[in-house]
Amino acid sequence: MVERRPLLTFVAHAVLIIGAAIVAFPIYITFVASTHSFQDIMQVPMPLLPGEHFLENYKQVLIGGTTTGSRAAVDRMLLNSLIMALVVPIGKMSISILSAFAIVYFRFPLRNFFFWMIFVTLMLPVEVRIIPTFQVIAGLGMLNTFAGLTLPLIASATATFLFRQFFMTIPDELAEAARMDGAGPMRFFWDVAVPLSKTSMAALFVIQFIYGWNQYLWPLLITTDESMYTAVIGIKRMIVGGDAANEWNLIMATAMLAMLPPALVVLLMQKWFVKGLVETEK
Amino acid sequence: MEKRVVFRSAWLPYVLLAPQLAITVVFFFWPASQAVWYSFQLQDAFGLSSQFVGFENFRALFRDPHYLQSFKTTAVFSIAVSASGIVISLLLATMADRVVRGALAYKTVLIWPYAVAAAVAGVLWAFIFAPSIGIVTYLLKGFGIDWNWIIKGDQAMLLIIIASVWKQISYNFLFFLAGLQSIPKSLLEAAAIDGAGPARRFWTIVIPLLSPVTFFLLVVNIVYAFFETFGVVDATTQGGPAQATQILVYKVYHDGVKSADIGGSSAQSVILMIIVIALTAVQFRFIERKVQY
Repeated sequence: MVERRPLLTFVAHAVLIIGAAIVAFPIYITFVASTHSFQDIMQVPMPLLPGEHFLENYKQVLIGGTTTGSRAAVDRMLLNSLIMALVVPIGKMSISILSAFAIVYFRFPLRNFFFWMIFVTLMLPVEVRIIPTFQVIAGLGMLNTFAGLTLPLIASATATFLFRQFFMTIPDELAEAARMDGAGPMRFFWDVAVPLSKTSMAALFVIQFIYGWNQYLWPLLITTDESMYTAVIGIKRMIVGGDAANEWNLIMATAMLAMLPPALVVLLMQKWFVKGLVETEK
Repeated sequence: MEKRVVFRSAWLPYVLLAPQLAITVVFFFWPASQAVWYSFQLQDAFGLSSQFVGFENFRALFRDPHYLQSFKTTAVFSIAVSASGIVISLLLATMADRVVRGALAYKTVLIWPYAVAAAVAGVLWAFIFAPSIGIVTYLLKGFGIDWNWIIKGDQAMLLIIIASVWKQISYNFLFFLAGLQSIPKSLLEAAAIDGAGPARRFWTIVIPLLSPVTFFLLVVNIVYAFFETFGVVDATTQGGPAQATQILVYKVYHDGVKSADIGGSSAQSVILMIIVIALTAVQFRFIERKVQY
């Protein structure tokens, strides 16, 4: 702080409190709505304090979904989301750390060509090439499978870049010492490069976990079977029509369940999360 | 930047690269080239045969008033999302940089929306603004405002802007906060000693030093508004009413998946690819300059 200005500090707190209240408002309303019965929610205005149907609503969606919209059980969806949120980061990191290692620690023909091949994938998000990617997955018979859900999302270079960047900062002396002691490249990889990258991995994992969990367009296209829905898709399938036709209390309970795991990851791993964001810059 | 010390092996680097290259070729290059190929094809109604039509799909697109309208919608939407997202986040970050007490609590609340999926964010705001039962709709009625985004195009647009900005504030906020904390305190103190007040210091020191971050965020926010807001649109307005909120990426999905117009949708994909590549090129040029700076 450069100087004491009590008035300005007061204004700062006021702005932050208003900002935080507006940001938190939809989440609070969601929680309140998920604890009421359908009749209570349909009142105008809806109640602003939590009700007594918390357990009932959550039990209902976990076991049997909604009654007017999709009846698919949400516990299965949460499992699917979790699988996706784990396979995407782990798959991405495994293939990326290997290729980054090859690009940084070896000189070989076509090295630059391969580097650029990976590099261009940064430019085109899945959203831009949905239909042909869908046809490729359909052609490979991967509709409604976890492979089809995750593989196209793994094909991206963000992690490769992060690991490349990190490997460049490992002092050359380490590689030199390893070589002098007779360690081969893979020995160096497992005993030096991988342990040193743990911080980057943690940061990347948090970002990619959220990315995998929150995927929408891709699962929407390739999961037609209820048992393959992810939680985010499940919410969308519960919305069937106008305001009064939707069981908002159940939809909001599902929304709470769908946002809790990524929110916990963000809040509990805040340090890694911020580091991951600033470093991957995407 | 190159390593001085490297390992030697004739085959190992290729083995290490193989998994990523295989996935990239199958799930990236193949579909991307298919998109370009389809964009020059015209398929019959049953998808049984197709013929090469050159740039006909592109010409048809630029004659289609709906497509041109979608461009305009996307421009309005992405400018509104980026500008308001950046201004609000900068305000909050500047204030958060100032306070000491409670800083962690504010930060925790403000980064929460990052964890919420775009589609879920859309559902939350659609519920709050629901025409008959929404809590905010009720409040607005008290002010004499008739709110119904299901039939009013401009209100539908406002709804998806609010939901999209809400979700993106966390990201901008964290970057601005990191940027603010990296500004040397000595600069601000020197200015204070010379008699510059907080407002003067903000405009003449903080804003210029934050300009690289702001520019970076501008590009990221535009890309976000172009693509990642698909979930918000699909979970709320689905492009309606009367295509008032049909942004480009939603139209690609709508034409390709719902109307099965593969050629037209692929041509739109190709145009989007060109836009992203242009944006990315701008971003990388800027990053290069930042390195020299």
